[in-house]
Amino acid sequence: MVKEEQETANRPDNTAFTQQRLPAWQPMLSAGIVIPGFVLIGLAFIGIGVALFVTTRSIQVLELDYSGVEQSSPCFKCSDTSTKNCVCNMNFNLDKLFEGPVFFYYGLSNYFQNFRRYGVSKDLDQLSGNLDNFENPTDDCVPFQYDANKKPIVPCGAVANSIFNDTFKLYQIIGGTKKPVPLDGKGIAWWTDYNIKNRNPSVTPLKNAFNGTVQPSNWPKPAYELDPTDPANNGFINQDFLVWMRRAALPNFRKLYRRIAEEDYAQGLPAGNYSLEIAYNYPVLSFDGRKKVVLSNVSWMGGKNEFLGIAYLVIGSLCVVMSVVMLIVYAKFKFPDEE
Amino acid sequence: MSFFGLDCIKKKERELERKLRANDREYNRSFKYATNAIKTSKYNFFTFLPLNLFEQFQRIANAYFLFLLVLQVIPQISSLSWFTTVVPLILVLSVTAAKDATDDINRHRSDNHVNNRKAHVLIDRKLRNEKWMDVQVGDIIKLENNQFVTADLLLLSSSEPLNLVYIETAELDGETNLKVRQALTVTGDLGDNVEKLADFSGEVCCEPPNNRLDRFTGTLTVAGQKYPLDNEKILLRGCTLRNTEWCFGLVLFGGPETKLMQNCGKSTFKRTSIDRLMNVLVLCIFGFLAFMCTILAIGNWFWETNEGSQFTVFLPRQEGIDTGFSAFLTFWSYVIILNTVVPISLYVSVEIIRLGNSFYIDWDRKMYYNRNDTPAEARTTTLNEELGQIKYVFSDKTGTLTQNIMTFNKCSINGKSYGDVYDYTGQRLEITEKTERVDFSFNPLADPRFVFHDHSLVEAVKLENPEVQLFFRLLALCHTVMAEEKTEGELHYQAQSPDEGALVTAARNFGFVFRSRTPDSVSIVEMGQQCSYELLAILDFNNVRKRMSVIVRSPDGKLSLYCKGADTIIYERLHQSCSKLMDVTTEHLNEFAGEGLRTLALAYKDLDEGYFNEWKQRHHEASTTLEDREYKLDELYEEIEKDLLLLGATAIEDKLQDGVPQTIEQLSKADIKVWVLTGDKQETAENIGYSCNLLREEMNEIFIIAGNSPEDVREELRNARTSMKPDSAETVFLPERSLVNGVQALTDEEVNGEYGLVINGHSLAYALEHSMELEFLRTACMCKAVICCRVTPLQKAQVVELVKKYKNAVTLAIGDGANDVSMIKVAHIGVGISGQEGMQAVLSSDFSFAQFRFLQRLLLVHGRWSYLRMCKFLRYFFYKNFTFTFVHFWYAFFCGFSAQTVYDEWFITLYNLVYTALPVLGMSLFDQDVNDVWSFQHPQLYVPGQLNLYFSKKSFFKCALHSCYSSLVLFFIPYAAMHDTVRNDGKDVADYQSFALLTQTCLLFAVTIQLGLEMSYWTAVNTFFILGSLAMYFVVTFTMYSNGMFLVLPAAFPFIGTARNSLNQSNVWLTIFLTSTLCVLPVVTYRFLLIQLSPTINDKVMFKVRQARATPPPPPQRRRIRRTSSRRSGYAFSHAQGYGDLVTSGRFLRRPAVSRSTGFPGMGRTTSGFSPMGRSAGYSPTERPLNSKVPHVEVTSLQMYRTIRDPAL
Repeated sequence: MVKEEQETANRPDNTAFTQQRLPAWQPMLSAGIVIPGFVLIGLAFIGIGVALFVTTRSIQVLELDYSGVEQSSPCFKCSDTSTKNCVCNMNFNLDKLFEGPVFFYYGLSNYFQNFRRYGVSKDLDQLSGNLDNFENPTDDCVPFQYDANKKPIVPCGAVANSIFNDTFKLYQIIGGTKKPVPLDGKGIAWWTDYNIKNRNPSVTPLKNAFNGTVQPSNWPKPAYELDPTDPANNGFINQDFLVWMRRAALPNFRKLYRRIAEEDYAQGLPAGNYSLEIAYNYPVLSFDGRKKVVLSNVSWMGGKNEFLGIAYLVIGSLCVVMSVVMLIVYAKFKFPDEE
Repeated sequence: MSFFGLDCIKKKERELERKLRANDREYNRSFKYATNAIKTSKYNFFTFLPLNLFEQFQRIANAYFLFLLVLQVIPQISSLSWFTTVVPLILVLSVTAAKDATDDINRHRSDNHVNNRKAHVLIDRKLRNEKWMDVQVGDIIKLENNQFVTADLLLLSSSEPLNLVYIETAELDGETNLKVRQALTVTGDLGDNVEKLADFSGEVCCEPPNNRLDRFTGTLTVAGQKYPLDNEKILLRGCTLRNTEWCFGLVLFGGPETKLMQNCGKSTFKRTSIDRLMNVLVLCIFGFLAFMCTILAIGNWFWETNEGSQFTVFLPRQEGIDTGFSAFLTFWSYVIILNTVVPISLYVSVEIIRLGNSFYIDWDRKMYYNRNDTPAEARTTTLNEELGQIKYVFSDKTGTLTQNIMTFNKCSINGKSYGDVYDYTGQRLEITEKTERVDFSFNPLADPRFVFHDHSLVEAVKLENPEVQLFFRLLALCHTVMAEEKTEGELHYQAQSPDEGALVTAARNFGFVFRSRTPDSVSIVEMGQQCSYELLAILDFNNVRKRMSVIVRSPDGKLSLYCKGADTIIYERLHQSCSKLMDVTTEHLNEFAGEGLRTLALAYKDLDEGYFNEWKQRHHEASTTLEDREYKLDELYEEIEKDLLLLGATAIEDKLQDGVPQTIEQLSKADIKVWVLTGDKQETAENIGYSCNLLREEMNEIFIIAGNSPEDVREELRNARTSMKPDSAETVFLPERSLVNGVQALTDEEVNGEYGLVINGHSLAYALEHSMELEFLRTACMCKAVICCRVTPLQKAQVVELVKKYKNAVTLAIGDGANDVSMIKVAHIGVGISGQEGMQAVLSSDFSFAQFRFLQRLLLVHGRWSYLRMCKFLRYFFYKNFTFTFVHFWYAFFCGFSAQTVYDEWFITLYNLVYTALPVLGMSLFDQDVNDVWSFQHPQLYVPGQLNLYFSKKSFFKCALHSCYSSLVLFFIPYAAMHDTVRNDGKDVADYQSFALLTQTCLLFAVTIQLGLEMSYWTAVNTFFILGSLAMYFVVTFTMYSNGMFLVLPAAFPFIGTARNSLNQSNVWLTIFLTSTLCVLPVVTYRFLLIQLSPTINDKVMFKVRQARATPPPPPQRRRIRRTSSRRSGYAFSHAQGYGDLVTSGRFLRRPAVSRSTGFPGMGRTTSGFSPMGRSAGYSPTERPLNSKVPHVEVTSLQMYRTIRDPAL
């Protein structure tokens, strides 16, 4: 009244943000959304579940435990750790074609590759070909850092040291003769592991890079001689080594050993009798572990896993049931629109 | 800060007495008094880092993370890389440090500004322009008009007569009226003679620095003569010199030792109830953490014993570590891994959210007051969510509910009522801004601000209606107002109460201009004619008399007595001849009172010369006796004030602030109880209570507690309770006994109907005694509205304290004046009205705005949203971190309790900082269930906050359970889906790294979807934050797992290729989908069923909003609240004791004063000069009771001191 002209220097800005008037979508858990939503989700889940279930059913898996715990097992004789270079044979029979490509896995159980102290016990710099770390492996590798003579161990650490060293040969028995099934050990590790993560030092011959180092105590031969047949499969980029170094998440795991996809077996393993020759080296019974061989093929959804399909089916059905329950509750109790 | 504060005190021994000598720097320096430089800043450039870090690590959360960091450095324990802790810690520390630094820079700036102000200082016999900070104790400085007082000064001399100076103390106590200080004559004679001043070598011996603004004791020794010094001779730093050309002062206290600085020391640190709950919860979480770690350590012990000892082929034991020690180490390793249950970012996020919500308050245009360009201000940024939980509002009245502006609104003269406007048909018109105003241009002395609408009154004056003229003559003569005429015709009235000012101003505009007064005359201009009335006596106002009279002799020699006072009192003293007029006037009075106006009745009487002379003789005798003087004078007054002739009545409007009744109605709908604590008298307070809708006619009963003894009060309280709830009287002793410890909270008692309680200060003093406080509280809490009248500032604080102590409720105090400071500080939330009465209340408040009506917006909109957002944030934050952490717990059972993390370390580092930070912040900054319009329409939405429904121990526990479920899903679904599966090319996908990636992706999806479920207000920003964070996760993940990063630092990025190799698998995505769905669906089901079966108020309103969206809600109806019609008239002066003595003593009229040395003994405190203590009387900002001995006596402002009566009268 007194002052007509108002000072408005302090007046706040009139924007949607400062006045908290931003346009917004305000969803609500209303019956119109929730109940049909549940039905839809339920149906979708059931659909996915059926697909998964059917798919996983079509996947063939053959597991052979060869730890040799039972006396009846052909590998029982090898379970005594004192016997060196023990070989045992396990026979099995396929009564129909095992469709290819067939993957050959070895499986270990009760084996704690995910134990923290075990897991950290490696030297990534060393494995990526850093020669400094050949001489001075990281302290994480203790006690597999230096040997008794203070020579650095390459590759150092518990993971490398404990590499799985059983080897397998598979024969198809055709009319009493053993026909070897070709096992392809190439391309069993991740591309990134082979090409990026692990690299050999750029020293030729590779052997020279390992001068002044010793191999891990459990290894029968040094890293640069792992595969005498293929120089590109030696050192840190040896595929078996790579597969082993990718440690498992859980104490029961399987790792890819070979692929069966060549020659007569490109279509799979035909029905018939087979013999598995196992060079039994790896001690697992001391910690109550088990070793097995798994033959499996895969589908679009990976290896055989019934859980996902069943889970989808169960949850899908539950959704449908819940939608009915909610509908009943809604019809009966929907809150009165009182003033 | 306190730490270093303590330090300073220790260094210096306590000063017991201050000695100083004017103009003797050498001598004064020997005492090492503080100079006038002030320092409110905490750090300088070099000390910032160490001091700030030291302070920050005093916070438990930061210290905890430092401790974790230490643990992580120990290789045997370190289960996580150091960077997982360091990155968040550094981020948090630097954010806080940046905030502290800006705060401190601002303090430095203001310190510099103040320290570099210039002052004239007398140095080396010359006046020099010096900076404030260079001023020292013992210096003589010169102040000029409108300058701030540099330091605490002893006033030496001034330009004004009698060595007076006028000061404004707004910065100190919030009062804007001028106060007077007066120098000693011995120093006053120095004048502005620099030579003399430079020779002045008086020695002062006074009290040590303290924070009492209203007291000072000391002596000045000049030439061997001692003079006592008191507060009246002291100018305090913070005051402003007004109406005084110059003055000289001697610096007594400088800088930090001034009373101002001593007062603004420690501000009490307020915490919200959520804060307290959070602290409890964090402690619980620590306990829970220890519990989990213990379980896992025991698990580790078992594992090491059973499995580990056999697994040594591949993993040999470390030297010197047996199973027991390994378990011990595992305990600490898990402390590190599970540390995320107490997330470091929690505290930072909470601060950010509060800050954001505070900004909304600052930015709100609907809380901006146009008229004085004041936006609302959140002065404390840490209390926002508590605004949503207020249960009790304690409000001041004057200046808060009312504008403290009195306007002369209506009057009744000789049976005719004036003030209403009628149209031609005789219909009464509503008075609005547009109504035509009366033109007072005929009167050159009129106050242009005075507004009146009824033209008939001014016509009557112009027509020289004798009653009307007499009416205004009375108003112009019978008062104690002082007039100031700076320039010709520009009159300023200094009135003790705004009522009087309004009346005198009204008379002034209607042509009876009060112009000036001397102790024995009053000059007025009557319709343009100057005339002087001889003032023969002032029969002053007091509480009992409720009236005041003057006896004057008119220029033509006629003796008259003019009287104004409360109608009931005046009516008893009227001559019977006016009985007819009385009836009509009573009718008018009722009408006025019904409109909430304050009424006064006016009466006069012509006196007989002889009788008056005889009476005056007796009066003189009575006023000089020593015994029973008061009584005798009263008798005399009683004798002469009788057989009065009624003249009419005035009606003054105590203007309410805009929107007060509506606001109070809204608050009461929101179940907020409003208590008015006012220094006003009971009648006034009650009247305002009705007019602002606090008390209502429909209320079943309004109890008035006005007992004079503890027993009376107790009885009245009990009776009130009995009539509210008949069965409550018997149980009176039960709750008291159970409450002796004061820990237990008093629960609300249900009563039928609405009741109001009015208690006066007298009774309140008893009611607040320890033995009765519970009784009082119980009764008061059963009432809908409570009004406490005649409350001292200390009592205001006590009342708030009482409610805080026994009620488990959040309190808010709102006020505008210095007298409200104590309660503002005590209450959980203090709100200051930034308006008329200075700044003191605002400065100690947590929130401030210009109008009371903004309170509803602050509480019902901002408070509610803040609370909602904070609770949603906390619930979600705990959920997401618990879920994150519990997965580790489950994994422990599958990795030999080896403290192996489930996730990638980078994910652990970035989870809280990057991946989930913005979405949850977005929710906590933007979420609103319903918008402000609906919040106002349904104030009941506020109630859940009062009951702590959104976040409590229970809901925290629910969060934990929910997390537990989610983490089980998040661990075991991927576990089951992955444990023996492979990629679709037969290669490995069940390796640790792929599993980690899968779990963390599932987790992120699950918590993000959960957030989406929590959020009820999806703005573009929220959507962007959510999708952006998810996208960010994938971008960061793919970057971290890329070849490039690995090649740079192989050891830091071991997850090379994991994302590419596993996220291209359909079963991985199916697992993610399944996990997220399974985490969310049960929640949706539960919530949906809950909404259907027992909908909360929020659900109902949201449903309504949805329904109404098609048709926009009608604008909230501003129902005009009808004022009640019952008569509540009262003598409405807001003061207790008149200024009659002062007026007649003439001391403040700038005239040679009568000798001040003759004081009557036993007259109480003597003061010299005019120093109305106003509303802050008896108030000490230190919250120390000033008159704790006499709480029973109704202490009112002017009773605290008396002036010396002029014996000549």
